[in-house]
Amino acid sequence: MNNAVLKVSNLKTYFFTGRGTVKAVDGVDFELRRGECLCLVGESGCGKTVTALSILRLFDSPPGKIVDGRVSYDGLDLVKCPSKRLRQIRGKDIAMVFQEAQSALNPVFTIGDQITEQIKLHIPVGYARAKDRAITLLSEVGIPSAESVMSYNPHQLSGGMKQRVLIAMGLSCDPKILIADEPTTAVDVTIKAQILDIFRELKTSRQMSTIFITHDLAVVAEIGDRAVVMYGGKDVETAPVSEIIGNAKHPYTSGLIACLPDIAKSTGRLTSIPGATPNPLEMPQGCAFHPRCPKAMEVCSQQEPTETTISKEHKVNCHLYT
Amino acid sequence: MKNELNHKLIQIKNLKKYYPVTAGLFSRHIGDIKAVDGVTFDISEREIIGLVGESGCGKSTLGKTIPRLEEPTSGEILYRGTDITKLDKKGLRELRGEIQIIFQDPDASLDPRMTVGDSICEPLVIHNIDNEKKRMDRVAELMEQVGLEARQADLYPHEFSGGQKQRIGIARALALNPKLIIADEPVSALDVSIQAQILNLMMDIQEKFGLAYLLIAHDLSVIRHMAHRVAIMYLGKIVELANKQELFENPLHPYTEALLSAVPSFKSKGKGRILLRGDVPSPLNPPSGCHFHPRCHRVLHICSKEEPLLTEMAQDHFVACHLYR
Repeated sequence: MNNAVLKVSNLKTYFFTGRGTVKAVDGVDFELRRGECLCLVGESGCGKTVTALSILRLFDSPPGKIVDGRVSYDGLDLVKCPSKRLRQIRGKDIAMVFQEAQSALNPVFTIGDQITEQIKLHIPVGYARAKDRAITLLSEVGIPSAESVMSYNPHQLSGGMKQRVLIAMGLSCDPKILIADEPTTAVDVTIKAQILDIFRELKTSRQMSTIFITHDLAVVAEIGDRAVVMYGGKDVETAPVSEIIGNAKHPYTSGLIACLPDIAKSTGRLTSIPGATPNPLEMPQGCAFHPRCPKAMEVCSQQEPTETTISKEHKVNCHLYT
Repeated sequence: MKNELNHKLIQIKNLKKYYPVTAGLFSRHIGDIKAVDGVTFDISEREIIGLVGESGCGKSTLGKTIPRLEEPTSGEILYRGTDITKLDKKGLRELRGEIQIIFQDPDASLDPRMTVGDSICEPLVIHNIDNEKKRMDRVAELMEQVGLEARQADLYPHEFSGGQKQRIGIARALALNPKLIIADEPVSALDVSIQAQILNLMMDIQEKFGLAYLLIAHDLSVIRHMAHRVAIMYLGKIVELANKQELFENPLHPYTEALLSAVPSFKSKGKGRILLRGDVPSPLNPPSGCHFHPRCHRVLHICSKEEPLLTEMAQDHFVACHLYR
């Protein structure tokens, strides 16, 4: 238990919009352990990105607000800690790699400016030292001729290269925790393989704890140690990745796995999950998944399931197991 | 022989699409982006061809050039023996009823100010088919065929989810009873659980109406699931073309090998992966010889000098690579 570097408990982030309250994150619990890669998995709108943003309070407020819960890091509750202290943590202790590299980089500054800015902000070094460090980082993430790339503007780099720059930026202050939000989604397969490889190498070389957000279960299978499956703003299943893939308990998790076309074999019809993800303004009563669930029972539409322990490491929120 | 010819729906011969690049005050022509650079293949009736490649390889341009949404620079496209590239305006309009496209982003391909019923009906109006009453019946029928309810015809696109919008796109493509549907990344913008629904729908429709598909995708698992034959494209050229089974189990081109090994899978955990160096080069200034040679893990001396031609290595298995000369 003391192994945990970050603990999120009962986190609720709501967005108060003109059309109603969107409960983007509605009671999420998980812990991140030292040196592990924890995957947050789910479809768009399930709250995985907002969960990550809530850890660092990076969403717009208003309309967003953390209405309940704790994010414990290093004896601090990040939900309550003053923004000045949080600013010291962001990028230094907990860094984030964003989804679209294109929009995460400032088009009018060079790559070098953008990486050194963060280093100088958090570590008391001069420009020359910061620059050396940036070059080392760029080579570490596999950018060839890192020195000349320092003077490039973002538009001169390809999508894969920009994603690498963002990873280098995330690593620039030796963070204890790296949060990566869909870093492989916007890139091609061959580049995706390269980026996954970087994350795998970083895990061994830096012993860093990573929260990896993705919708792709195959990616989870490749790099994750444990996974949290999310649906409708809640964590529905938490288990080691091998359990998630081989012994999924929640009907949503098994549905997600079944509907993936597998590269290794060609099957006939794909299994699909009927219906669509619910409208966040009108979440179904009870278990949010029940209208799409093949195993739905009467209780599912009335009562929200609570967490059930399958084994020490495997927890699921589903009435089937209570 | 004649029978076999009739069997072919589309024959593409040495198709090229260049975009000129100009510079300076007088728009001096300084080069060409060779988006599609000498592509030859055919599509039989009721066949699903998968066209795979990384972004910028020209797969979408190829898809758009077939119904002449983009004018080809040179080459022939024969549709049941007629050369599409030589058709006049009227002939082209008739032809486009036979070849329809489903686009990647269902959001961008539907007019937000038209009801979906009107969107689906539009091809019928343009081609002047049936009267108003019959058209509305046809719209209702189409919507039911793609798993929507006929009463939803009066709604606007924003009232539908992504998956439903893609169904609307499919209904619209079906309106004129086409023979070939070009599907450009039909599911890549959708969530995983919705992707399976749309892929299943596309398979059902293909069987029911005896359609041929040109399925453009970067996701090899989708291709593996759907296609009969697969063409792999790299920088404007087809580098390998084979039956699905053959291509996935016995890939010949090093690029195909690398692509296949790059797909994350439940089993591999990244073991035995061929990592490609670098990015796809710019199509404005492609490498000499075989365009793939700077990234190739099995590169030979000749590769940078001479361009390999697409040759048949085994029956119906074509590859363009110096390793197999």
